[in-house]
Amino acid sequence: MTAAADNQDVIWVEEPEIGFWEATFLPAIVEGLKTTIRHVTNYQPVTQQYPEEKPILPLHYRGVHRLNRDEQGRVKCVACMLCATACPANCIDILAAAAPPQWPDRDKYPASFVLDELRCIYCGMCEEACPVDAIELTHIYDLTGTSRNELMYDREKLLDVFDQTKDDPRDPTRTRRGRLGPAAEFGSLPTVAPATPITPGDRSAQAPAPGVIHPHKPSDWSRKPS
Amino acid sequence: MALVVEATRPISAASGNRAHPLKNHMPTAIINNQQIELKEGERLNCIQAAQRIGFEIPHYCWHPALSVVASCRMCLVEVGEKKPDGSVVMQPKLVPGCQTPVKDGTVVVADSPKVKAAQQATLEYLLLNHPLDCPTCDQAGECGLQDYSYKYGRGYSRLQEPKNIKPDKDYIGDHITLFTDRCIMCTRCVRFTREYSGTSELQVVARGSDEEIDVFPGRPCNNELAGNVVDLCPVGALCSKDFLYQQRVWWLKETSSVCPNCSTGCSIQVDQNDDCVYRLTPRTNPLSQGHFMCDQGRFGWKYIHAENRLTFPIRRKNGQIRTRDWDDIIPSLQKALTKAAARAPEKCAAIFSPWMACEEAFILASYLRSLSPKFRLALGPVRVAGEDDTYPKDFYGRPLEPVRFTIRAEKCPNRRGVSMVLEHFGSVATMGDVVAQASELEALYAVGGDPWGWLEPVQAEALSRAALTVVQDIFPSALSEQADYVLSGGSFAERDGSFVNYKGLAQEIRRAIRAPDGARPDGRILWELSGRRGLFSAAAIRREMAEAIPAFAAFAAGSLGESGVILNEHGAPQAKVVAAVEK
Repeated sequence: MTAAADNQDVIWVEEPEIGFWEATFLPAIVEGLKTTIRHVTNYQPVTQQYPEEKPILPLHYRGVHRLNRDEQGRVKCVACMLCATACPANCIDILAAAAPPQWPDRDKYPASFVLDELRCIYCGMCEEACPVDAIELTHIYDLTGTSRNELMYDREKLLDVFDQTKDDPRDPTRTRRGRLGPAAEFGSLPTVAPATPITPGDRSAQAPAPGVIHPHKPSDWSRKPS
Repeated sequence: MALVVEATRPISAASGNRAHPLKNHMPTAIINNQQIELKEGERLNCIQAAQRIGFEIPHYCWHPALSVVASCRMCLVEVGEKKPDGSVVMQPKLVPGCQTPVKDGTVVVADSPKVKAAQQATLEYLLLNHPLDCPTCDQAGECGLQDYSYKYGRGYSRLQEPKNIKPDKDYIGDHITLFTDRCIMCTRCVRFTREYSGTSELQVVARGSDEEIDVFPGRPCNNELAGNVVDLCPVGALCSKDFLYQQRVWWLKETSSVCPNCSTGCSIQVDQNDDCVYRLTPRTNPLSQGHFMCDQGRFGWKYIHAENRLTFPIRRKNGQIRTRDWDDIIPSLQKALTKAAARAPEKCAAIFSPWMACEEAFILASYLRSLSPKFRLALGPVRVAGEDDTYPKDFYGRPLEPVRFTIRAEKCPNRRGVSMVLEHFGSVATMGDVVAQASELEALYAVGGDPWGWLEPVQAEALSRAALTVVQDIFPSALSEQADYVLSGGSFAERDGSFVNYKGLAQEIRRAIRAPDGARPDGRILWELSGRRGLFSAAAIRREMAEAIPAFAAFAAGSLGESGVILNEHGAPQAKVVAAVEK
């Protein structure tokens, strides 16, 4: 045996000997006919009768976008333009403006939000980039229009999609984060691992969330990790 | 700023001639185990000395143009001294690098674990009450807090108590807005209004954790330099109302250029995206204005995107528009000018605008003179508004000495450069002469470019009587309404060229955006008009100018670099461009 043959990456395979029955090909023919007969006698259709019958899409399906509303019915988007930055197809165009004075919790809102559904490649990066979970992709897939302009979805149209889909169990409001800015709702966020290593005795390492702002939270944070 | 240390130490000293330890001794300091040599009379602090070796000591409150307060504590470093016997004695405490002078034998350690721990602690403290609203903050992307948090900070906050959030200020000035909650109290803005504008509108009110920046009631921050506090602010507390929420800064592309609004010629950066200018920011240039720029320049670029700009060239015959096609207009204009110059060369005149770049003036002058050496060249009107406005000022608005910033009365960028070109060609007419004899003129080539208008109605009326009127401008005027040829030019952001400021500093302007459809950069128009082949190249023209005009000898390299070159009367470059040290 040479040194090369010892190499585990190389396996030498011998061609198997062909016996008498195999040489006649009869067992293989019988096996094939059995499959054919099984399909003829036990018929199960796989064709879906679309559009009479709608498909049930997987939960992670990425369809038409929606712009979520907050509890007060306002557009949740804070016009940070991170979705437009993340978008590989450059299909999002936002014009930001200072929020109206009636919105004391906001600095900025989208005066115009236009998403080109034709240009979009439905990758879902906008959803991932959004710091306030304002943009989400729904299960709507049958998008039609009579002109290109009709499929340039503006802010109102995207909010309409939210109103249409918010009660659909397949398009739940996945939002965890409400608003941004002063004292954002970090308290209700699940714990995210800190980017830097924590020393074992660090009090904050045992906190349920980073940057917790919860003066009335039950004070079991000081308990030692088991 | 990258500063290059030249090896100027004599060889005898470098080879360690122990016999004369003090002879040829250059003062040296040691930063992070690297030696730097200090020049005669040089006064550096630790931050500047570290910049010499390309090491950044993080800092917020320190700014090279402002006084030192050492209040942010971000630049804490270990400092010691090297004794003559070679031993090093370190101070036990960390000291602020901005406040500690570096002298012969100073040892600075800025990367030890002790320093890093201090930086982390300082940043954590600065971020305690910061709202962390980066997604909606205009500064995100060029924010000192963001940058240093990534480089020196920790990844999470240990604060378990509610943040101390101060309400934003409703109004502190016409151009600036203050988000009080984002402020880290570095007081750069306060020191700027005290030391540069002298107007002292901004101040720190209250103490301790209630400390915030504010103005006196009824005295908003509206001085002519107010926009600079936005650039000075290392975080997103002070924002420009003009730029607020317009763009995310990471989408902007910067181009180095020169502010055209007065003859100071501040070095600037034009920030644009998709052929739309969003803001101008000052670029540090010790040879021109220093670190800052005035609000007239900062916000005086809106005309670039004005609706009424000339966006197509025109050829008229008997008052009727014949064509709007560049390909027809350039050859027909060449023919018309040649004919006029052949018929009566002494009755041909051209008016050069002080808004032209040197290169454009040179191409036009040499082209017209090639048609006929008798072609009369005149400098157009130089708009002067009031008197030079110097800063700092006192409480009553009276200028103080020493002057730290000047907004010049001469409201055009290149009067000096165009005059130098015209002097070379022997300018034999003044604007007044041309206007007075306009009705007898066979041909008049008038270049405008001043967006705020450059012709009196009377002058326009007189000039339009010339037999052949050519106007090259960016806005329609009484003259362009009647001219035989109208050439739609470009604004300063759409052109390549150079401006010479009041003291003879030539700096490059660079094309940042494309001109609106149908308008062309003036350089390209003149390049084609003068029958040159290929594409317009400002550098090629500069090399040509250096050979033809002694005063522009410094243009020989083609490029003028980031800081520009100073031309003196005799043309030789007065000073080679060296990175000057801020005093």
